[in-house]
Amino acid sequence: MKEIRIHARAGQGAITTASILGYAYFLKGQYPYAFPHFGAARMGAPMNAFVRIDDKPVRLRSQVYNPDYLIVVDATLMRGFDCYVGFKDNGTAIVNEREGMEIPEPRGKQKLFVVPANKISMEITGGKTLLSNTVLLGAYAAATGELKVEDMVKAIVERFGDKGQKIVDMNAEAVKKGYEFVKNSKN
Amino acid sequence: MKQFVEGSHAIAEIVKRCRPGVVSAYPITPQTHIVEGLAQMVADKELNAQFVNVESEHSAASVVLGAQATGVRTYTATSSQGLLLMAEVVFNIAGLRLPVVMTTANRAVSAPINIWNDQQDVMTVRDSGWVLLFAETIQEAVDLHLQAYRIGEDPRVMLPVMVNMDGFILTHGMEVVDMPSQEEVDKFVTPYSTTYKLDVDNPLTMGYLADPDYYIEIRYMVQQTHQELLTIIPEVAAQFKRQFKRGEGNGLIEGYHLEDAEQVFVAMGSVCGTIRDSVDEFRSKGKKAGLLKIASYRPFPKNEIVKALSRAREVAVVDKSISLGGFGPLYTDLSAAVSSMGAKAPKVSGFVIGLGGRDITLQSIQEVYECLSGKQVDCEFIGLKKELLAEAK
Repeated sequence: MKEIRIHARAGQGAITTASILGYAYFLKGQYPYAFPHFGAARMGAPMNAFVRIDDKPVRLRSQVYNPDYLIVVDATLMRGFDCYVGFKDNGTAIVNEREGMEIPEPRGKQKLFVVPANKISMEITGGKTLLSNTVLLGAYAAATGELKVEDMVKAIVERFGDKGQKIVDMNAEAVKKGYEFVKNSKN
Repeated sequence: MKQFVEGSHAIAEIVKRCRPGVVSAYPITPQTHIVEGLAQMVADKELNAQFVNVESEHSAASVVLGAQATGVRTYTATSSQGLLLMAEVVFNIAGLRLPVVMTTANRAVSAPINIWNDQQDVMTVRDSGWVLLFAETIQEAVDLHLQAYRIGEDPRVMLPVMVNMDGFILTHGMEVVDMPSQEEVDKFVTPYSTTYKLDVDNPLTMGYLADPDYYIEIRYMVQQTHQELLTIIPEVAAQFKRQFKRGEGNGLIEGYHLEDAEQVFVAMGSVCGTIRDSVDEFRSKGKKAGLLKIASYRPFPKNEIVKALSRAREVAVVDKSISLGGFGPLYTDLSAAVSSMGAKAPKVSGFVIGLGGRDITLQSIQEVYECLSGKQVDCEFIGLKKELLAEAK
């Protein structure tokens, strides 16, 4: 079983991110359980979304305390709060770069990828950060080796197919850019 | 077809396939996505029903009461304060013998206000006469809605059915669900037809004053129907299993490693999944733990429970609600059930857990287990923050 914890603020699309991630695993024949946890239940308040993945249906309903993988959508959350709490020793973290924010170093064998997801999204959309989470999903695929770019694109087509080809294409590009960024930074 | 889908979305889909003629609901977290979905389906003409927008849950329940009384299949859903506001009408729906189906997205009640999951809301209408079913997974919640219409509308029953699914955990969780097709649903849930309805050509009255000469017999008859439900629910569950090739248990209870279990957890809803993982862990350490899941809380399947616990030595009843000043409701019921076992009765302990969304972890279940071997407890709260309590003094 693998466990993923996403840190975001309510309204930043963490649930959609978790659902696409879950979908990608589902299309591979696995059994994801994706679920949100709201803190203050207010827009802008810190919240988590979780994904738990197994080869058989997931029964455990608690939150994720010892994630294998971390996705931090909003790096300002790392200010004054330890997003690495409970993070597995051999875990991998993907953090959305934020100007002026120093990203805390992980410990031991933990791997950290700081991805300029907002910048990449703005390049694709001409100034909007709409696709930042999709970039992070591409980065997740490369950083963890759990999923292929095609798996992620397939999940996006399923999820956003009814929103038109343009939306699908932009999201697919965002996945690829995120994937490539991590692949290149590994060298 | 297998889908990866949000619980609320799955419920809206399955309710649509049951073809209700009238849907009425008032949005409340965490039920909202269900009725949002149904409203969209009606607007898109995917579902040929009237969606009646109302100004409160009291009105939503009143609308489905009235519609169902004219012989139409209905649906509503609510949660927490919404169910409390409905309460008056909820009792009437059962007393009038109207087979409404309602989903309750279980949530804590105020005050203090709390949107997160526990099962306190349903307990406020526990004694209303409704059939109360509890889902462990999203798949089960989907499947229970099909069975709910079959059970409630059975001419031998004619009672409303509530499907309980834990708020957020199941309503906002996404998992793999085998969604029955419209054809499959049509085969299982056939059109609703009854002669017991308001009809100008065959006038009748419902809910007329029953004075002391009549009232107690009418209540007795509801109680008798609940006794009959103890065979009707397993019938429907068996038919479901035959057609859809899935479903554990007999519709009333389900056991997990019960055969030789000495320590048995008793619980309802999604927490059963977490307990299954705990049971596996205990088993791997050579401990004979097991789970008894209560799928039907009303009717309360006393005989099945007694049979299932015949080998148990220690029983931990895990309640996600409390009758303040008393005990956990399931604990009270279970204690009453095992009292008929006399000297063979296991030691039954009661635990209150997860109120207001306090996360229930494997560690929480371990804590319950550790209490079990000690002296019997009635109402032990699990995971209390001692420092908060001290501060409040």
